[in-house]
Amino acid sequence: MNEEQQQAFEDLIYSYVGKVVCQRMPAKDAVNEPMIRHWAEAIGDNNPAYSDPQWAADSQRGKMIAPPAMMYSWGQEGFPVVAQGRTPDAQSELVERFNENGFFGTLGTNVKQEYFKEVGIGDTVYMEMVVDNISEQKATGRGIGYFFETLATFSDQHGDPIGTQRFRVLKFIPPAEQAAASSSDNDEALEVPTRIASPRGHDNKWWWDACDEGKVLIQRCKNCQTLRHPPRPMCGECQSMEWDSIESTLAGEVLSFTELHHPKIPGYQYPLVCAVIKLAEGTNLVANVVGCEPEAVHIGMQLQGKVEQIDAKTMLPQFYPA
Amino acid sequence: MVANIKDKAVIVGVGNTEFSKNSGVSELSLAVQAIKTALDDAGLTPADVDGMATFTMDTSDEIEVARALGVGNMSFYGRAHYGGGAATSTLHQATMAVATGMAETVVCYRALNGRSGHRFSGGVSGDITTADAIHWGWYMPYGLLTPASWVGMFTQRWMHNTGIGKDALYEVAKSARDYGANNPAAFFHGQTFDRAEYDAQRMISTPLQLFDCCQESDGGSAVIVTTPERARDLKQPGVAIRGVAQCAAKDQEQMTSFYRDEFAAIPEMEIAASDAYAQSGLTAADIDAAVIYDAFSPIVLWQLEAWGFCGAGESGDFVKDGALRRDGRLPTNTHGGQLSEAYIHGVNGIVEATRLVRGTSVNQPDKTVNHALVTSGVGIPTGGAVLGKLDL
Ligand SMILES: [Zn+2]
Repeated sequence: MNEEQQQAFEDLIYSYVGKVVCQRMPAKDAVNEPMIRHWAEAIGDNNPAYSDPQWAADSQRGKMIAPPAMMYSWGQEGFPVVAQGRTPDAQSELVERFNENGFFGTLGTNVKQEYFKEVGIGDTVYMEMVVDNISEQKATGRGIGYFFETLATFSDQHGDPIGTQRFRVLKFIPPAEQAAASSSDNDEALEVPTRIASPRGHDNKWWWDACDEGKVLIQRCKNCQTLRHPPRPMCGECQSMEWDSIESTLAGEVLSFTELHHPKIPGYQYPLVCAVIKLAEGTNLVANVVGCEPEAVHIGMQLQGKVEQIDAKTMLPQFYPA
Repeated sequence: MVANIKDKAVIVGVGNTEFSKNSGVSELSLAVQAIKTALDDAGLTPADVDGMATFTMDTSDEIEVARALGVGNMSFYGRAHYGGGAATSTLHQATMAVATGMAETVVCYRALNGRSGHRFSGGVSGDITTADAIHWGWYMPYGLLTPASWVGMFTQRWMHNTGIGKDALYEVAKSARDYGANNPAAFFHGQTFDRAEYDAQRMISTPLQLFDCCQESDGGSAVIVTTPERARDLKQPGVAIRGVAQCAAKDQEQMTSFYRDEFAAIPEMEIAASDAYAQSGLTAADIDAAVIYDAFSPIVLWQLEAWGFCGAGESGDFVKDGALRRDGRLPTNTHGGQLSEAYIHGVNGIVEATRLVRGTSVNQPDKTVNHALVTSGVGIPTGGAVLGKLDL
């Protein structure tokens, strides 16, 4: 998806925020003893408030109540949905929009209920539901995706609020599809996202080509011998355009560092520490510090680097505690 | 040589759009709304405008802005590069045009859907091969590709060198938030935080946590600059540009100047400060209040040192003594800053600095503000401007 397509897609999905999934509807059956008993048995909840009419009558409440967590169950449809399918609603349409755009993956991430009032035998539970919010695009462990949340609101026959339920779902591009979706040319689709590579032009291609072969080079002015990094076409000291290079031993020292926490970018492995490293040759290089806990990295730390294969497409210098 | 520009250009109108996380309109729409508000503030019409200055990053072309607004013929249009480093460079452009007679009335503007559109926190990527993209290529493969990560790298070393700790960063963020909480236009209006809440925010890139980082905002800001003669006939008291400077210092990279002998430093801002003071004939002692670019909390501290409000390494104690507060030595970011009002790339800061000199900030200090400083971003070629009452 390019930026414009993503914008259009987000405009589309965000238009679902606030849409009604179902109007306020009564459950088919009033709150009743047999359903409470089935539910309590299935959950393994032996609370006599849900199962023993005599105990319940003598209790502070004076009557049997339904477990608050059953709130959502009263309005659930069973066999008809399985047999005939669900009537399309705003939620199913939204899911379809995600699927059409490659966000096939579905993961229910959490349910959050709030309770305001208890219901007892004979009460009727009403439910209404809206699409409450959709997150910005997130890079999750499962892949790139969006969280959407529905908000169901429950009330009784008097219109008194009983509670709410928020259900959060991640719709994501499963990793194999993700690489295909981001591949803009006819390259074979990658299985796994890789690190973002440097573009290679006249002034830096030689450096990255050497890195691919396991070497870190430092550009050197042929005229005045000044080392320079990052590479540039002219020597700032003597204006010579003649240059060669030396190979770094990759012995170095941490001048500064930062541990990247947020955002986490697909293709990168976390924890991830970047450092400005003073090489023994005298030039500075930014690279990753690996091989120790991020908390152990400190200014002045001595390092030894080596060029390693990071992923299918990436060779980079990585520095270890010396 | 000191540039001869003192009091030759005057801010006569300022305007902001509403700030939000989802404007629902184009960046062009935000730009023209902000400019129209600034023209109304000045008592001018679009037909009075004959020049424009904005950022190279701005997506609203001058001629599109002109057609939408109804501006006629223009004799000047200049842009400044380097992201937030261009904030006061728009004034720099406008001042040069007005002082030389290239234009009489120049609009400086910046408008962005920084939250609902392109977000800087998403970082850079390497799709096009330019010198700039090759520059980012030295950092992207390692994951160092967001503004917070670049500033985190400088901050870690600066804290190590100076011994200044998070309590100073907290005071920068907290004072901005307290101002913003009292500013109805600020995104964080009515919402302050305490130390425990600050400490509890998630880490973004060490040592920067969420409240050390500015917002991403949708909105626009505009500033109208004209000649002192014209300014005296207009609605608002004129706010003169006493000095305005920009600087790209030796061995500068865009946000990644990691190759200097001591890279935890901002020589470009020190040089711009010295130039702006020289133009104005003023010193830090003459500055009564400030709007200091605050994309991240630590960069305010570095700039306080660069502009000479305290010595090198003393900014921590300076802010902890309450200097940034309304009754302090240098009330700073009284609109809430970009940390708490909105991130309009520093141009909302020029609006606020103008209001401070007019005496109309929502958090106006009790003392008289004859001179206010406003600065541009840090880590890039940058600059700042010293503003003062036109007829003091
Ligand atoms: Zn040379």
